[in-house]
Amino acid sequence: MPDKNIIEIKDVSYAYGTRPILTGINMNIPRGATVAIMGISGSGKTTLLRLIAGVMKARQGEVNVDGQRVNNLDSAGIYRLRRRLGMMFQFGALFTDLSVFDNVAFQMREHTDLSEAMIRDLVLMKLHAVGLRGAHRLMPAELSGGMARRVALARAIALDPMLMLYDEPFTGLDPIAMGIISNLIKELNAALGATSIVVTHDVQEALAVVDYVYYLSGGKMVAHGTPADIRNSSDPVVRQFVYGEIDGPVPYQYPGRKLADDMRLGA
Amino acid sequence: MQRSTLDLWVGLFVMAGIGALLVLAMKVGNMSAGGNGASYQLVAQFENIGGLKPRAPVKSAGVVVGRVSAIQFDNEKFTARVTLNIDQQYKFPKDSSASILTSGLLGEQYIGLEGGGDPANLNTGDRIKQTQSAVVLEKLIGQFLYSKAADGADKK
Amino acid sequence: MIHKGLSIRGIGARTIDSVLRLGYAARFIARTVMSSGTSLRRPRLVIRELYFTGVLSLIIILVSGLFVGMVLGFQGYHTLQTYGSESALGVLVALSLVRELGPVVSALLFASRAGSAMTAEIGLMKATEQLSAMEMMAVDPISRVVAPRFWAGVIAMPLLAAMFSAMGIFGGYLVGVVLIGVDEGSFWSQMQSAVDFRNDIMNGVIKSAVFGFAVTWISLFEGYDAPPTAEGVSGATTRTVVTSSLAILALDFLLTAFMFRGL
Repeated sequence: MPDKNIIEIKDVSYAYGTRPILTGINMNIPRGATVAIMGISGSGKTTLLRLIAGVMKARQGEVNVDGQRVNNLDSAGIYRLRRRLGMMFQFGALFTDLSVFDNVAFQMREHTDLSEAMIRDLVLMKLHAVGLRGAHRLMPAELSGGMARRVALARAIALDPMLMLYDEPFTGLDPIAMGIISNLIKELNAALGATSIVVTHDVQEALAVVDYVYYLSGGKMVAHGTPADIRNSSDPVVRQFVYGEIDGPVPYQYPGRKLADDMRLGA
Repeated sequence: MQRSTLDLWVGLFVMAGIGALLVLAMKVGNMSAGGNGASYQLVAQFENIGGLKPRAPVKSAGVVVGRVSAIQFDNEKFTARVTLNIDQQYKFPKDSSASILTSGLLGEQYIGLEGGGDPANLNTGDRIKQTQSAVVLEKLIGQFLYSKAADGADKK
Repeated sequence: MIHKGLSIRGIGARTIDSVLRLGYAARFIARTVMSSGTSLRRPRLVIRELYFTGVLSLIIILVSGLFVGMVLGFQGYHTLQTYGSESALGVLVALSLVRELGPVVSALLFASRAGSAMTAEIGLMKATEQLSAMEMMAVDPISRVVAPRFWAGVIAMPLLAAMFSAMGIFGGYLVGVVLIGVDEGSFWSQMQSAVDFRNDIMNGVIKSAVFGFAVTWISLFEGYDAPPTAEGVSGATTRTVVTSSLAILALDFLLTAFMFRGL
């Protein structure tokens, strides 16, 4: 009987040299959920994603994915785990020397023994799911930003992963493309029976898509709850982020000398 | 780029490369000499080897029959001890002679072997008894001047 | 952080950095060679890289070889005729090319054309997160991307050097025999008796193989280690060309001193 939680993160800390990036993180993500990890730039969200995928190893604490302790896995174990993960990178990260078709077919060709005929059908189905079946012959350079992200999504779901990780999926997209991506995130999660983790700082899109939100600030888990909880939060840190307030816990002026001193006023 | 076109170009490339190597080996280089067949060794002593170097050719009647493999100084007889590697298929009589000759006027030096009349042949390790050292230009000039001076003295 | 200026500490810190980097580069190439299983099982990957590294360098190699050979023809004739030894032109052209100019010049050209291209390609793949994406899909980028390029470089280099030398000799022939009028027979026959297969041609091939290894190693490492920014990649590309050129010339000295010591 599989655990209720697909991801359990207990007391995890990570530092880059002497600079702490994450401190004392605790998260439990149930299967089938769509979760957002939010925070301002530099709050450690991408690092957290990388710890889950096993790209980085936590010095302290446990990162458990599907019952397995990620920090303790050897490289073969990590590769086995990654075959059940799908990750969508910020700007797509499509292989520029391969066509759209070959990009999506990549994992199938590398990890399975499926015949080319079978791969063709699967690839076209995946592309159809993201609405780009007709573009399968194009090269990545010929795609718009939104289309490239959709192809990256099709590529990520190629082997029907149980866990989908999205690194800033909405950044730099026009409203239509953003709407398409949010819709796809929700639909694919349900269709695959998977769990999705979305790292983003796009508040409105994220709150419309996810079931639960974790908010990071300065490497610590400062708030978490349902989208409604977050919108109605009284925590000033969260409020500044959600409502885009200019000044608050994150100050407007870059720290330095007082204005009077710089303007040489005062005795 | 279609796969078949790519393969074609790469195939042509590799063939051209190997072809170039073969051309260099055959037309440009010298594949016959250089340790192709078995060889046996002969030794010769010279008063002066001049500019003879290891790997210099050993020729008989102008044809390359072997190479100089080593040159050493014999401290007891104060001569040069030259070891020759002769191709197995060429046998020389026991009274053959070895001279150090120059190709052209200022070219590289080589060893010329002249066959003698002895019915028995040299075996590996044998010493060539008759040798002629290299011509040293200074001694030649000295001889010439000396003989000129002698002529002049006679005429007086 | 030790301030790196011209101070003794600065120089010391920089030297330690270089040594560390060299160690990292050595581990990198060892890992590349050991990850060559995929390249052996899927020669298609190597063939594709051979096209981009070798075939696309053909034009520059052949044209440069021709010009170098023709210049050797002119200059060689000019010098030899003062000693009345024009008939030795073939020897001069062939030996200069096969022993030295062929391996060295073609390696320098290879480093600037194919080496810098490899660095830029891998650096950009790193900067656009393609290498991370590949890792995420449980495919080792070293065996899938780096190793095939390594073997393509090592295979292509001796072939290109041989073609350079062959074109050069043809160029020398064009200038010496066809244009100037040196005797064709003595051009080829003196060349054949002077150029030894084992000592001259094989040594030249060994040199170009060593250069190929060094240049490909440097190009791939600089690309793989480049900072994932625009300046990072462009700095890496320049470093590839500079470091490769220096390495080629230094290795040439060492190899020549070792190979041609008896003569």
